[in-house]
Amino acid sequence: MNKRKLLSLPYLIWMIGFTVIPLLMILWYGFQGKNGGFTLEHILAIGRPEHLGPLLVSLLLSVICTVVCLLIAYPLALILRKAGLKRSSFVIFIFILPMWMNFLLRTYAWLNLLDDGGLVYVFLQKLGYKGNIVGTYGAILLGMVYNYLPFMVLPLYNAMTKIDDNTLNAARDLGANERQVNFRVIMPLTFPGIVSGVTMVFVPSLTTFVVSDLLGGRKIFLIGNIIEQEFSTASNWNLGAGLSFVLMIFILLSMAVLNHYDTLGEEDDG
Amino acid sequence: MNDHVIIQLEHITKRFAADHNILDDLCLDIHENEFITLLGPSGCGKTTTLRIIGGFETPNEGRVLFDGKDITSLPPYKRELNTVFQKYALFPHLNVEENIAFGLKIKGKSRDYIRDKIRYALKLVNMDGLEKRMPDQLSGGQQQRIAIARAIVNEPKVLLLDEPLGALDLKLRQDMQYELIRLKNELGITFVYVTHDQEEALTMSDTVVVMNQGYIQQMGTPEMIYNEPENAFVADFVGDSNIMDGLFIHDELVEIFGAKFPCVDKGFGVNKPVDVVIRPEDIDLLKPGEGSIDGVVTHIIFKGVHYEMEVTTPNGYEWLVHSTDMFPVGTKVSIHVDPFDIQIMNKPQSEDEEALGVDE
Repeated sequence: MNKRKLLSLPYLIWMIGFTVIPLLMILWYGFQGKNGGFTLEHILAIGRPEHLGPLLVSLLLSVICTVVCLLIAYPLALILRKAGLKRSSFVIFIFILPMWMNFLLRTYAWLNLLDDGGLVYVFLQKLGYKGNIVGTYGAILLGMVYNYLPFMVLPLYNAMTKIDDNTLNAARDLGANERQVNFRVIMPLTFPGIVSGVTMVFVPSLTTFVVSDLLGGRKIFLIGNIIEQEFSTASNWNLGAGLSFVLMIFILLSMAVLNHYDTLGEEDDG
Repeated sequence: MNDHVIIQLEHITKRFAADHNILDDLCLDIHENEFITLLGPSGCGKTTTLRIIGGFETPNEGRVLFDGKDITSLPPYKRELNTVFQKYALFPHLNVEENIAFGLKIKGKSRDYIRDKIRYALKLVNMDGLEKRMPDQLSGGQQQRIAIARAIVNEPKVLLLDEPLGALDLKLRQDMQYELIRLKNELGITFVYVTHDQEEALTMSDTVVVMNQGYIQQMGTPEMIYNEPENAFVADFVGDSNIMDGLFIHDELVEIFGAKFPCVDKGFGVNKPVDVVIRPEDIDLLKPGEGSIDGVVTHIIFKGVHYEMEVTTPNGYEWLVHSTDMFPVGTKVSIHVDPFDIQIMNKPQSEDEEALGVDE
């Protein structure tokens, strides 16, 4: 083995130990029957109402969360592009700052704000809102958007700042107004950024169980919660692994669709 | 080139900081069908002038007229002119064909019209057959041609070119100069060209505008700019030259470093300090004692077409001399200049005037 290969060895061990073997174990457990034989039972279990419901809710919430993040982050990135590097890097810093705190702590903080007696709760009561906030889809969505927004802002901002001013000036010069500059030049050029932002928001929000655990008020269960319970309280590793496998397929499919649109964007005539 | 003025810059002043004017009260008429070049060192205001014409900058004072209409505050997309940007600025996500079609699609032209236009434009810039290439698959020279094609399919009355050849290598740059002249003649439109390369300016232009520190130093045909520079800045910037302190003894006689040189200039007074400009190719080297002032060859470089030499005279000044004859270092020579090759200029009264120059 030469030196270069020796250097890559730790990474190889890491990959095999922490990605490949766990994946194989999921497959192993997922397709393992009660008596140790092969079965599709745990895969098909996704069709059962108590699993299908949470999966659909998870899909819906993560799609909405991704769209909301995109709607917030895209105009922000556009504005920051025009603001110049010095000011925009400060704003980016402010947006990233919450990420320095623990994910769990941040979500706990929201629980305190939204729960009975919390600041947001009291405020909404004053406005005439009746009922709990914790335990609603809205609360979970809020937690998701809050936690994952930075993952949308960063790739979009990066893609946006890479665009040369003169490329946009050329579009204006050729008769494009600001709306056309946005849709015909900026949007297609930032498409790779959109794709990675969407990926980085959609995947964790589809699989989250912490946010729904804390802000779902034990009333709303996402597919992440179901899987977590199978592994922890129910100790049914086979079912948990089977459902994880299905979820993984969903993620891989959505990535494939996104990548398809990404390459289309390059060939499309805008 | 005809007498119709298509673009008029009226008393344009532009500043980015309160105390520093990039352009100061600039006035310029651009005629229809003219190849006009704004020439100057970086920071002289030439690119800012172009951006003001294109609509990418708004002047702090003054007006821009296009065909007599005030377009000072018109956004770029409403102006009937197109720009070829420095470093091309092609759309990286669109192929050659789509890049060229961009402006036409926005104007809502028909599919057939666009297809014909693309074919015509690609032929014009010698790029047919590359319709489907992406910009990053093209060389710098090819990208530049596409950038030009993308601009001219819109049939602008005026084409603005911002140092379009700056990123190309020497040979390609020279080829493109001829291409641009040919293009301008075939299209019959006005070219406003910005460059810091004096050779480019002299080769292609009908009119050269030499700029420095936000002022026009001199404006005229390439021959006028080269042969009759109006001040030391123009003489120094356009071509190589010897710029020396002289004393204008009386009409048709000037003294340089104590030696008398007959010249053709008149009316600079008697015993007045002046600037004297002599182009290196206008200096003849004779045997010692036969010319106006003696010196020794102290340096020689072979430049291909000619030798570039430095001849040091007793006062220590190094004369730049171009000659096809070779004089080895150490040769004693004498400098002779024909009277009509000596250019006399008034000394600037102050530093500010040096920048102001002799406007128009």
